[in-house]
Amino acid sequence: MEFLIDRFNPEVDEKPHVQRFVLEDCDIGGDMMLLGALEKLREQDPTLTFRSSCKEGVCGSDGMNVNGQNRLSCITRVSELTSPVVIKPLPGLPVIKDLVIDMELFYQHYRDVKPYLQPAPKDLDHEILQTPEEREKLDGSYECILCGCCSTSCPSFWWNPDKFHGPAALLAAHRFVVDSRDITTRDRLEALDDPYKTFRCRNIQNCTASCPKGLNPSRAINELKSMMLAKQLD
Amino acid sequence: MTNLDAIDTFHFDVVIVGAGGAGLRSALELSKSDQQVAVVSKVFPTRSHTVAAQGGINAALGNITEDNWHWHMYDTIKGSDYLGDQDAIEFMCREAIEIVRELEHFGVPFSRTDEGKIYQRPFGGQSRHFGESQATRTCAAADRTGHAILQTLYQQNIHAGTSFFDEYFAIDLVLDDEGNVGGLVVLNIQTGQVQLLRSHVVMIATGGACQLFKTNTNAKINTGDGLGMVLRAGLPLQDMEFWQFHPTGVANKGMLLSEAARGEGGVLRNADGEAFMVKYAPHVKDLASRDVVARAIAIEVKEGRGCGPKKDHVLLDLTHIDAEVIKKRLPGIRDIGLTFLGLDMCDAAIPVYPTAHYMMGGIPTNLKGQVVTLDEVGKPQSVKGLYAVGECACVSVHGANRLGGNSLLDIVVFGRAAAKDIVHNLETKPVDHFDKTLNLSKAAERLNRWAQPQEKNHKTETIAEIRHDLQVAMQVGCGVFRNEESMQSLLKELEVLQDRLDLVRLHDHSNAFNLERLEAFELENLMGLATATVYSALARTESRGAHSRVDFTERDDENWMKHSLYFLENHQLRYKPVTTKPLTVETFPPKARVY
Repeated sequence: MEFLIDRFNPEVDEKPHVQRFVLEDCDIGGDMMLLGALEKLREQDPTLTFRSSCKEGVCGSDGMNVNGQNRLSCITRVSELTSPVVIKPLPGLPVIKDLVIDMELFYQHYRDVKPYLQPAPKDLDHEILQTPEEREKLDGSYECILCGCCSTSCPSFWWNPDKFHGPAALLAAHRFVVDSRDITTRDRLEALDDPYKTFRCRNIQNCTASCPKGLNPSRAINELKSMMLAKQLD
Repeated sequence: MTNLDAIDTFHFDVVIVGAGGAGLRSALELSKSDQQVAVVSKVFPTRSHTVAAQGGINAALGNITEDNWHWHMYDTIKGSDYLGDQDAIEFMCREAIEIVRELEHFGVPFSRTDEGKIYQRPFGGQSRHFGESQATRTCAAADRTGHAILQTLYQQNIHAGTSFFDEYFAIDLVLDDEGNVGGLVVLNIQTGQVQLLRSHVVMIATGGACQLFKTNTNAKINTGDGLGMVLRAGLPLQDMEFWQFHPTGVANKGMLLSEAARGEGGVLRNADGEAFMVKYAPHVKDLASRDVVARAIAIEVKEGRGCGPKKDHVLLDLTHIDAEVIKKRLPGIRDIGLTFLGLDMCDAAIPVYPTAHYMMGGIPTNLKGQVVTLDEVGKPQSVKGLYAVGECACVSVHGANRLGGNSLLDIVVFGRAAAKDIVHNLETKPVDHFDKTLNLSKAAERLNRWAQPQEKNHKTETIAEIRHDLQVAMQVGCGVFRNEESMQSLLKELEVLQDRLDLVRLHDHSNAFNLERLEAFELENLMGLATATVYSALARTESRGAHSRVDFTERDDENWMKHSLYFLENHQLRYKPVTTKPLTVETFPPKARVY
């Protein structure tokens, strides 16, 4: 199987170039994941660089663009890919080296939405009660692993990476807006009510199509928009 | 020789190495107390291995059935096979109730009962009334509890303004001439720059190290970097013979299938379809403690009742459970089955086998998280300015075997306790100034070792090859079962591996994101742990908890109710007694462990 991988070493390269790798079929087991294949390719060339940690799709380290689609290498089965496998870093953010991108802007948007619960004063003798129905509203938002696959597949984020929060940060914002324990819902919605931060979302749905956890940031953003609208009406 | 005198220097009150649950819980407490705290992590914090914890966190909240911290304490001591320190265990179990509620206030999205309280599920080794009936004590956010806790703690740290050094690798502790801690030398992974972080206190929170074994549930990053630093600083590691093999890793792959699967009703079956745990633990069956279940599976396979063409695993069967319950309570592990095996556990049993999961041993500490060593006469003595919390620390609440649901608890309880002690000390005692002379030679030596070029036309073998051989050797020689012979031959193998490692030169000497150099540093740390493990395990001539010797099958309380302390210098082993006196209640004396 053939792999065409973007290479970029800031110490010697002016711009990225493609390197061709080959893995013999006998080295590829039927259940091998792309991360396993990349590790084998590292044995051929130890300078090949990518992030990884948990190996099972829960930590979000190894987002990359594979045959045109953003995915996590550790849960992408090699046998389901067509050869040659074209691997690039997640698009739209600066490349540090090979498949490793600089996610600082992505994290900055995350921090900007105040992604932390702000509840009423605490009473450690009791948990804050939350009905199963209230808790269910968090399903689909809290599971985000911050891999960046969604935001880096979003054309609106590519055009305005410094102004549009992007789907991942907005999903996090949604998670706290709908949490029955948070008492700052109104402030949160006001802060998001901005032509760039939220309303640059054009419902393109690339975010939802690329989420490796099967989450639906697009729907969450639409919910935020509706809540803002409702707020203006009352 | 690399000159480290002129490198960039930063100053903090406290530097924490590691951004998992323990490091982040500590950092939060310190930041909220207005201490200048820096968290150094080789990965972005939410990539830490805490994220992979599935089943939950124990606390005797009594939200489902009546419960009591004293029963939790009894279960933990019994689970530890009486090697756990009873004062530390009492402390942890008492704190559990408040600290879980605190996590809930921080925003952890726990699953809920119909009354709106935190959902709890039964887990292995849990009982009510000191062994009478099964307890329901593990607080859960579906089967993503670690993810929920780690993300929440990171979020609260953003709120508190903690400084993060993301993607920095800790090379070595730096000490002054009197052996006191003065900071840390770190490598910026993104740029290759070396920096000195001066601080009054260094806290090690680098998590587990099951990358020492070929098949494991751990993230790639779990290489025991903090433990390696401690060994090189001349300090001991405690109880390194005790490594937990989780009963239900995906066979031949290792991914964890949470004990929650059995807590929700899952059953283990052998090739005859027999639910075999009834033979090994007649009362609680599949919810016996992990060492018991792991050995039972290994025995079933060894005696020819394994499943599959190679008869090398057993099956975890959830097919009798309502599919909606599986989807709601165990969505993450159902995903693992679908992704890695193409099997939906709603309709198919899943192949499982014990896999290396958790390190019970680690850096010896007291209840305040202060690192402890022994003085010349064998008296425990804390090391000034050095703390350790989380899986890398050994306080010891898990003794010879950890109960499911107690690891997330350990990290937050002792993370918070250590931070409180640091705050108290920084506020009440005068601290040395930052201008003391620090000895950077150890760090420089490590950096220089891996800067040596390949000789012309002479390629050496790779880091990956040696790491692979180390992992296989450890699994074969010191796995679920071990004996004198397997470990003696392992010891010889480790010497050969060390010789091979000494000859290795890196192919890649670039600065930015040099993974090969990183893996070399990690492998050095793993080698240190391997030696500590084998020397400690060879000396302990008994079977206790996860340390199961074929040649000494019984527990020997007369000779071995003590903690092993391994020092790198001359592979010296020293011992300290188990603390059998709790803080406020009566001692639980050792007795036969029946489940």
